Amino acid sequence: MGRSYGDVCLLQNGTLLRTPNLDRLISFDAQTGLLRCEAGVTLAQILDFAVPRGWFLPVSPGTKYVTVGGAIANDIHGKNHHVAGTFGLHTPCFELIRSDGTQLVCSPTENPDVYSATIGGMGLTGFISWAEVQMRPIVSRRIRYHSTQFVGLEEFVALSQASTQEYSVAWIDCVAQGRNFARGIFIQGEHDENPGPLTPLAKPKLTLPFDLPAFALNRSSVGAFNTLYYHKQISKQRSGFTDYEPFFYPLDRILQWNRLYGEQGLLQFQCVLPWAINTMGMTQLLKAITTSGLASFLAVIKVFGDISSPGMMSFPMPGITLALDFPIRREVSFDLLDRLAAITAEFGGRMYPAKDACMSAAHFRQFYPQWEQFAVYIDPSFSSSFWQRVAGLG
Amino acid sequence: MLVLGATSSIAIATMRRLAAQNKRFMLVARNRDRLTAVAQDLVTRGAASVDTWAMDLDDTTAHGEMLAIAAERLGKIDLALIAHGVLGDQQAAEADFEIAAAVLHTNFISTVSLLTWLGNYFQAQHGGTLAVVSSVAGDRGRKSNYVYGASKGALNIFLEGLRNRIDRDGVQVLTIKPGFVATPMTAHVAHNALFATPDQVAIGILKAVDRRRDVAYVPWFWAWIMLLVRAIPGSRFKKMNM
Repeated sequence: MGRSYGDVCLLQNGTLLRTPNLDRLISFDAQTGLLRCEAGVTLAQILDFAVPRGWFLPVSPGTKYVTVGGAIANDIHGKNHHVAGTFGLHTPCFELIRSDGTQLVCSPTENPDVYSATIGGMGLTGFISWAEVQMRPIVSRRIRYHSTQFVGLEEFVALSQASTQEYSVAWIDCVAQGRNFARGIFIQGEHDENPGPLTPLAKPKLTLPFDLPAFALNRSSVGAFNTLYYHKQISKQRSGFTDYEPFFYPLDRILQWNRLYGEQGLLQFQCVLPWAINTMGMTQLLKAITTSGLASFLAVIKVFGDISSPGMMSFPMPGITLALDFPIRREVSFDLLDRLAAITAEFGGRMYPAKDACMSAAHFRQFYPQWEQFAVYIDPSFSSSFWQRVAGLG
Repeated sequence: MLVLGATSSIAIATMRRLAAQNKRFMLVARNRDRLTAVAQDLVTRGAASVDTWAMDLDDTTAHGEMLAIAAERLGKIDLALIAHGVLGDQQAAEADFEIAAAVLHTNFISTVSLLTWLGNYFQAQHGGTLAVVSSVAGDRGRKSNYVYGASKGALNIFLEGLRNRIDRDGVQVLTIKPGFVATPMTAHVAHNALFATPDQVAIGILKAVDRRRDVAYVPWFWAWIMLLVRAIPGSRFKKMNM
């Protein structure tokens, strides 16, 4: 799709394999919900096909414009990580084509080690050609949601731990300081269990046809946006029903929202910190961001559950994850990322390669000590700029 | 529905939109593996039945057999979509007649062979739709792709004449003129804002079939662009770099 944030999918002076034409469905079992499709099929295409038939993605990230192959290679997660784990847990089988021409069908029982290395394997173990995805049943497009304002990380953790819903996530303000520090909105929801509409509602998408000038996104504009967003919710609590689209993919409504960041683009950062006796690590991360003055449009914070992934290099671990993006302002942005990486390392967490563009080799090896075992499975003809940087082969 | 050139992106997008309506399909294309993949996709999406026939449509001597089998397997052909074609290498074709002739053969001569059989079939049946993917490139001869343009321009004239012959028998002859479409055929050129997705083209095709149109520019704004392009006098056109 060409929409990745970082350089796990890039290779300087290399050849990139694009898969938009590998977009065919292979089979679907309407009894069990098992879908087999080519790896270039996007989650958006799966939803268009499956929702009218009463099936939904087992795990859904913040955008539906990702391919199945990419979802496996980055072992993506979503708002239901605490109950469903990662995407790889719901792909019982896929085919990997190696550069020597061998076609390996991989599953927990067939080539299990290659299966494990490929889930979260950043596309390095070969070319994923097709995959099976175990869908989950729904009876309505609607999501019953409940959102709550909070101030402070303790309140966020308490809300997360008290939640019994399938989906939960929080938006957190990375600009506000002082008594508004770490304010946010905790959003939880689940599929409506009452039969409702399954076919889509026709609604045109807003597109940004051009890049906004860089000055459009500064501390005051984002601060204003965040204040507005926070107070959009007037009461402390709000409940209701919504279509799944705005619930799961709020930014997809503005196609090419990344252009808001102007020509220079944006950097993404996502880390997870393991549970500790307090939220000091996360507080330090947020303090570093607010004091840097680098505005982040939307920062997302979520509690990961303890369901482990079959993936050897999978990112999630039990704890709190923070994801945000900010505009590239030369050294300032990269300095901040270094600070954030250092805090993540200090508190025993790890960063997400799928959203990274500058993780150091030392940090990567600390975050993923199993990297050398993983390297054995890399296809000799495959590499990435990310891998060359962190594995020191650059 | 009979689809010739069934692995083309525009054909696939069109068939996907019809598969959910429980249609029966007969797919013809050259590459057997890709045919099988497209057939599986349509079955998964709800097609009532999908038959395939692998052949090179350049081989006009084999058209009769293939079309007879298609008519037999489908029982009745209500809609035939002709979507095969090549863009060709304009510069190579300028230097070598054989290359130009190959483009004309695939895009025009082989299609004429199919249209002759199908036109008579539909005329005898007193109904049906013949939808043929042509191109806006057939509207004017541009220096950058006039060999391809000539093959589509000739096709447009042929379709117009065929329509004038069999429209009165209740047969719709639809000339589809897509603009730039993001497909493997155009993968090598830089895409601009005028490029449409195959699915946008498919929506336009199905709308034109529904409304029994004669000629359809898809997406619709190409009708206006080509109105302007056709209005350019030849004396100016020959000095432009289009």
